[in-house]
Amino acid sequence: MKTYAQINDRIASGKAVVLTADEIMDYVDKKGLAAAAQEVDVVTTATFGPMCSSGCFLNFGHSKPKIRMSEAWVEDVLVYAGVAAVDVYLGATQLRHGDPANMYYPGEFRYGGGHVIEDLVAGKTLQLFALSYGTDEYPRREIRTYFTIRDLNQAIMVNPRNCYQNYNVAINDSERPLYTYLGVLEPRRKNATYCSAGQLSPLLNDPYYETIGVGTRVWLAGAQGHVYAEGTQHAGACERTPAGVPKEGAGTLALTGDMKRMRPEFVRGVSLRGYGVSLALGIGVPIPILNEQVLQRTCVRDRDILAPVIDYSRDYPEKTGRVITYVTYEQLRRGQIEIEGKKVAVGSLSSYYKALEIAHLLADEIRRGEFLVSSPIAPLPRDGKMKPLVIREKP
Amino acid sequence: MSQTITQKLMLFFPKCECEKPIIYHLVKDYDLIVNVYRAKVTPEEEGYLVLDVTGTEEDIERAMDFVRTFNVTVNYTGKGVTWDERRCTHCGQCLAHCPSGALHLADPATRQVGYDESECIECLACIRICPFGTCASAF
Repeated sequence: MKTYAQINDRIASGKAVVLTADEIMDYVDKKGLAAAAQEVDVVTTATFGPMCSSGCFLNFGHSKPKIRMSEAWVEDVLVYAGVAAVDVYLGATQLRHGDPANMYYPGEFRYGGGHVIEDLVAGKTLQLFALSYGTDEYPRREIRTYFTIRDLNQAIMVNPRNCYQNYNVAINDSERPLYTYLGVLEPRRKNATYCSAGQLSPLLNDPYYETIGVGTRVWLAGAQGHVYAEGTQHAGACERTPAGVPKEGAGTLALTGDMKRMRPEFVRGVSLRGYGVSLALGIGVPIPILNEQVLQRTCVRDRDILAPVIDYSRDYPEKTGRVITYVTYEQLRRGQIEIEGKKVAVGSLSSYYKALEIAHLLADEIRRGEFLVSSPIAPLPRDGKMKPLVIREKP
Repeated sequence: MSQTITQKLMLFFPKCECEKPIIYHLVKDYDLIVNVYRAKVTPEEEGYLVLDVTGTEEDIERAMDFVRTFNVTVNYTGKGVTWDERRCTHCGQCLAHCPSGALHLADPATRQVGYDESECIECLACIRICPFGTCASAF
């Protein structure tokens, strides 16, 4: 048994033993669980993939004379200005003004909110255009100017939902191609897409939220951010394997962090044909090895994690709940799965390569004593299911 | 007799009035086997032709000298499709769509994606698929 304080003491003194979530299984196999739990202080987990429920608050400071922005655009991408005078929220999936979307199906969606966020973190010069109705103390009615992230007072990423614990594998049972948030799905089950870091993924290494909770410090694209709430659609009461690994989406995290400290290679705009724009983010989460059970759970392997295969031509949009079958991440990573006797080519939207890089970067920061683990101030709920939206008559 | 080789080429036609049947001459006069992947040759516009030619090294060289007489630029590295490694996140979305294996798993342990230009048949599937704009077409 170790406490957060003891682990942090070891980190601060530069003596912490840190392994990544893909190294720990062999280490535990070799050393034994009890001995490894004594030795290892932290296991690092990570993920890199599109996370649509992402965005950021920006504060521009005041112009002379002042403006109370009521509508605003950054690089022609609409931002939400229904907050204070010069605060806006820029959402990852917002399209650029004039984007024909799917009018010419399938749309290309070359640039949108996610790309603005990428450009902002990369330090590029961006255009702000804003309108106002004018007030006595904020008389300016219109502004057009150019800025970089360094000119802003704050650029705080606030993501309502990141780090889905597990995710669907999408296939297409119809006769025409589908353009989805899981990429292009060719007809008649020609290909499948999954989107998870599997054995490296944060919440798959802490399936019952024993160490990851509200207040947990995380590595958010290179910045030290934290979990500020359970993520939207968090549903801890999910179907699980006998070992406790969720067999569906399950838990999620709401994350925040300072964008001025982020690294551009881990903040990337995403264009999904026929679907829209999004943002791919790199996230690392340290798991403090408090006891043997916590360590045991970080030893999850791709072969132990099942993902549901869902038909995105009918069952997903119609919300039928049908699962065709379950496959493991080990099977998915072979590049081909077999579904009802048919061989299906597999692609991924989540980058294991980047996740591995992040897990190592975070491990190095902890070893250098630069990243401490934090005890949650509130746990993530283990109960609770996702509610549907009921279409009702006006009462 | 010298050995036959296969060479992937991209020919760039500047805005010209070249109306000669170039491919016919490559086959007929220089004894080359031609496999055209992709072409955009429109009168009054710049044009591109991406192809494989199979023949002896000497015949290919003589053929290219002939082609150059029309002010055509011959690119031996065949860059009709480009892959920008700096933009690639190695997600692997392209792997299920690339029919020739040009985009491939370069390292199964880290799941790093690699691009082997010589295997590319210029179907352009990757351009449609890649969420990060890693792949692009010269034309």
